[in-house]
Amino acid sequence: MKHIVIIGNGIAGITAARHIRKKSSDLITVISGESEEFFSRTALMYVYMGHMKFEHTQPYESWFWEKNNISLKKAWVSKVQTENKTLLFSDGDELQYDQLVIATGSIPNKFGWPGENLKGVLGLYHKQDLEALETLAPNNTVCKRAVIVGGGLIGIELAEMFHSRNIPVTFLVREDSFWNGVLPEQESQLINTEIKEKHIDLRLGSSLKEITSDDNGQVKEIIIQETGERIACSVVGLTAGVRPNIDFLKESNIATNRGVLVNRFLETNIKDVFAIGDCAEQQEAIDQRRPIEAVWYTGRMMGETLAQTLTGTKTAYKPGHWFNSAKFFDIEYQTYGWVWAQPKEDEARFYWEHSSGKKCVHFNYNKDSLQFIGVNTLGIRLRHEYFDRALREKQTIIDVLSNLKAANFDPEFYAKHEAEVIEKFNRENEIKVQLKKKSWYRKYTEL
Amino acid sequence: MKKLQQLGLILFFTGLSIFIGSLFLGKVSLKTDQFNDWANSKGLKSQLFISEVQKTILDKEFSSTFAFSSALRTALNAANTTHKEKSEWDRVIWDKPHSLSFELIKKAATGPVKEAKVLFWFLTFGLAILGSLLFIIPGVVTLGSPGIKNNGIYHNSATNRGWIGWMVFVFLVSFYILLYFFPDYIVNWTYLVDPISESLSGHPASQWFLYGFLYCTVMTVMAVRMYIKYRHNKYQVLRTTSVLFFQIVFAFLIPEILVRFEKPWVDFKNAFPLDYDFFFSWNLDSLIASGGFGLFVLVWGILLTVVIVPVMVYFFGKRWYCSWVCGCGGLAETLGDPYRQLSDKSLKAWKLERWVVHGVLVFSLVMTALSLYTYFSGAPEVLGIQTQTIQDIYGFLIGSIFAGVIGTGFYPIFGNRVWCRFGCPLAAYLGIIQRFKSRFRITTNGGQCISCGNCSTYCEQGIDVRAYAQKGENIVRSSCVGCGVCSAVCPRGVLKLENGPEKGRINPTEILLGNDVDLMELLNDK
Repeated sequence: MKHIVIIGNGIAGITAARHIRKKSSDLITVISGESEEFFSRTALMYVYMGHMKFEHTQPYESWFWEKNNISLKKAWVSKVQTENKTLLFSDGDELQYDQLVIATGSIPNKFGWPGENLKGVLGLYHKQDLEALETLAPNNTVCKRAVIVGGGLIGIELAEMFHSRNIPVTFLVREDSFWNGVLPEQESQLINTEIKEKHIDLRLGSSLKEITSDDNGQVKEIIIQETGERIACSVVGLTAGVRPNIDFLKESNIATNRGVLVNRFLETNIKDVFAIGDCAEQQEAIDQRRPIEAVWYTGRMMGETLAQTLTGTKTAYKPGHWFNSAKFFDIEYQTYGWVWAQPKEDEARFYWEHSSGKKCVHFNYNKDSLQFIGVNTLGIRLRHEYFDRALREKQTIIDVLSNLKAANFDPEFYAKHEAEVIEKFNRENEIKVQLKKKSWYRKYTEL
Repeated sequence: MKKLQQLGLILFFTGLSIFIGSLFLGKVSLKTDQFNDWANSKGLKSQLFISEVQKTILDKEFSSTFAFSSALRTALNAANTTHKEKSEWDRVIWDKPHSLSFELIKKAATGPVKEAKVLFWFLTFGLAILGSLLFIIPGVVTLGSPGIKNNGIYHNSATNRGWIGWMVFVFLVSFYILLYFFPDYIVNWTYLVDPISESLSGHPASQWFLYGFLYCTVMTVMAVRMYIKYRHNKYQVLRTTSVLFFQIVFAFLIPEILVRFEKPWVDFKNAFPLDYDFFFSWNLDSLIASGGFGLFVLVWGILLTVVIVPVMVYFFGKRWYCSWVCGCGGLAETLGDPYRQLSDKSLKAWKLERWVVHGVLVFSLVMTALSLYTYFSGAPEVLGIQTQTIQDIYGFLIGSIFAGVIGTGFYPIFGNRVWCRFGCPLAAYLGIIQRFKSRFRITTNGGQCISCGNCSTYCEQGIDVRAYAQKGENIVRSSCVGCGVCSAVCPRGVLKLENGPEKGRINPTEILLGNDVDLMELLNDK
């Protein structure tokens, strides 16, 4: 019986642990200094907003770990000695492993801004960030204004959090439109509007020059690079992306670049040491994916895959078709396949937006073969299973559009826009698409 | 807007205070001829009781309903004790003392509430309704644009088992205890709705009419809140409208109007075994006595339970009843919505739930079998068990304590579907069909779940929805009432209520969500 030690109790590490346990009775230890038990990091915002309590972000009850014989250790790892397979902890403790899984996730980027370590500056990543936020910004009398630096998903989540407690927010986004490195212009504009409608002081094309402090080392104001404007605030959220959390590996033999370098089997350069999740960096990119993907779903997939390898079925990490989702205030976002911010040369785009300005779909397909490449949707839910199949079967945009009814995942009785979407497509293109009916007869006769 | 809401709160509490205060107003003075009429109509045989009442109660003025009730019950107990000692069983008065007292006080009370019913209606119901609406309607602005707005629910003392929650709990529990066990203490409340009752059924209001009216009022006001909170979600809007319609029309208006036409009081949507006394002798007798109409009710009631309910559950899941029609569900979805997040999601609670709710179902079925046996055979007992005793135990434990005191009173502590989840025998019956033979399921959207836990937190039925969603597994659970809130609160759009083909309804759990297909095959092959 071997001892598998997993550093990090996020989605990647915990998924690995659970799947290893399903297939073997090896000793499993999961180490985290951040929290006793697994919680859903993506749900931290809802705790601050009062939608949930911290307990609710924990998918498993406390008895789960003992029942499944998974030991949890709350400690910070300070050093990994691969030569004698030993972990050293910051409190002086030691632990032997047979196989080691590094799943330490990421930490917020800091770019050496003056004042970035002052009291009142935080990211939104760790449980400790949430706790800090609760003391620094419990309400709008203690925190009269918050500034968020950096666009992207965590930035807008943080904005929504402050908004929920009526704390005025200034949102500095370096790009000239929100998240337009990822979202095409139309979606990006739509989100800009949504942010402004929530009375967020959105400053596009603005970056941070400096954070200044008062006499107590507490944030006092920020200075904007481009205009030199000073904005008084008591909390600054740094959300300019994340980077792999691997500083503790610096002195080890494990090869790293920005993240821990792994091959397609999630193996590092050292035998019996593996890395998964946000902190893993693929040596060769998979498909059109970036070598480091700090996404919940890929962390989970890597955890599942590695568990197969560690329990005797050597399995390569082969993520299927790209998908992702998020929520920007009240607007849900889903994406399947690829819709780049800028269309590539052989790509054609079709965009439809609802008159409310709160819903849209954006299709990407090959100009010549009409093969479907991807879709972005805001305010309309689409069925993952359907688009996964469409991509796998290399369906054309015509196939996809004519099946839009079957692809819709909105709740019952919601307004449907498929006909309108198709009408617009037909107007703009020479090809004519017919919408296939989703027959109720089939629904009730097919057993 | 905030000012309006504050004014609303003040008006509401003023109305509530007058409502509670009105119980202490007025005097009771029973006149000889009032009593004689009553005693004759009841066919009272206990001279002992009559003379005791004549001596201690008649034509005397009692300062409150409580004092009158106490004197009356003393007389009643004394008489009954003597009769029982002497084994004069036909003279014993078997009526519940507080119910007897209710009947007499209703005739004999005097005071401002009785004399100015309409005025007091406006000071109580009127002010409370107006105040609530003033508090709720500005939500259109204060809640912000349409979309899920659960901000601050866990920071609020009312919705997070804080002191306000406990106060509401005490109020609701006290209300139910008075309603079920001490109706004579709340006679003044029934005066408030006398004019309405008289216009509908032609009779003065009983405590049950009061309850029915209050129920509809509370549901309507809180439905306005639902409409505003979930105005982005058509499913919630339609569902709320549906339960409101069935409550007001089927559970309240139609039965009262039937009484006006001298037909039995019937709630046509109330299916056995939730309607547990449907097969009791008194109900069967009364239905058979009302000729063609009674026969229709009898056939409809049996058809509803045996055919309509299971067929509808097969096509739409039990939600068609629990979330679209049922009155208990209706109150839970309107008055109870602010408390939905308080239901216990632990595995322990789920285990307990299955034992308790199926236990109640078995209990109700056994009781019904005994009742029917008794009805047809004429013997009062089966194998030494008195049918009446079983009925009394059920009525007290399940019908009063569980359905009312705990079922609603505990909303602010245990969440809003305690009754549906742990106590309702019909829910258990529907659930068995839903679990094994139905087209209903909650579908999860492939691998999009981020395990955030919103779905589980806001599941009023205590289902750990996330446990299924994170595995990409359809949710097929007996207890799911299809309220659709898990789907509404999901920030990633992962959940969808569907009635579809049975094929693929129960899907395997061991899939690699989003990973390449051959890996899925590998797992499926094993």
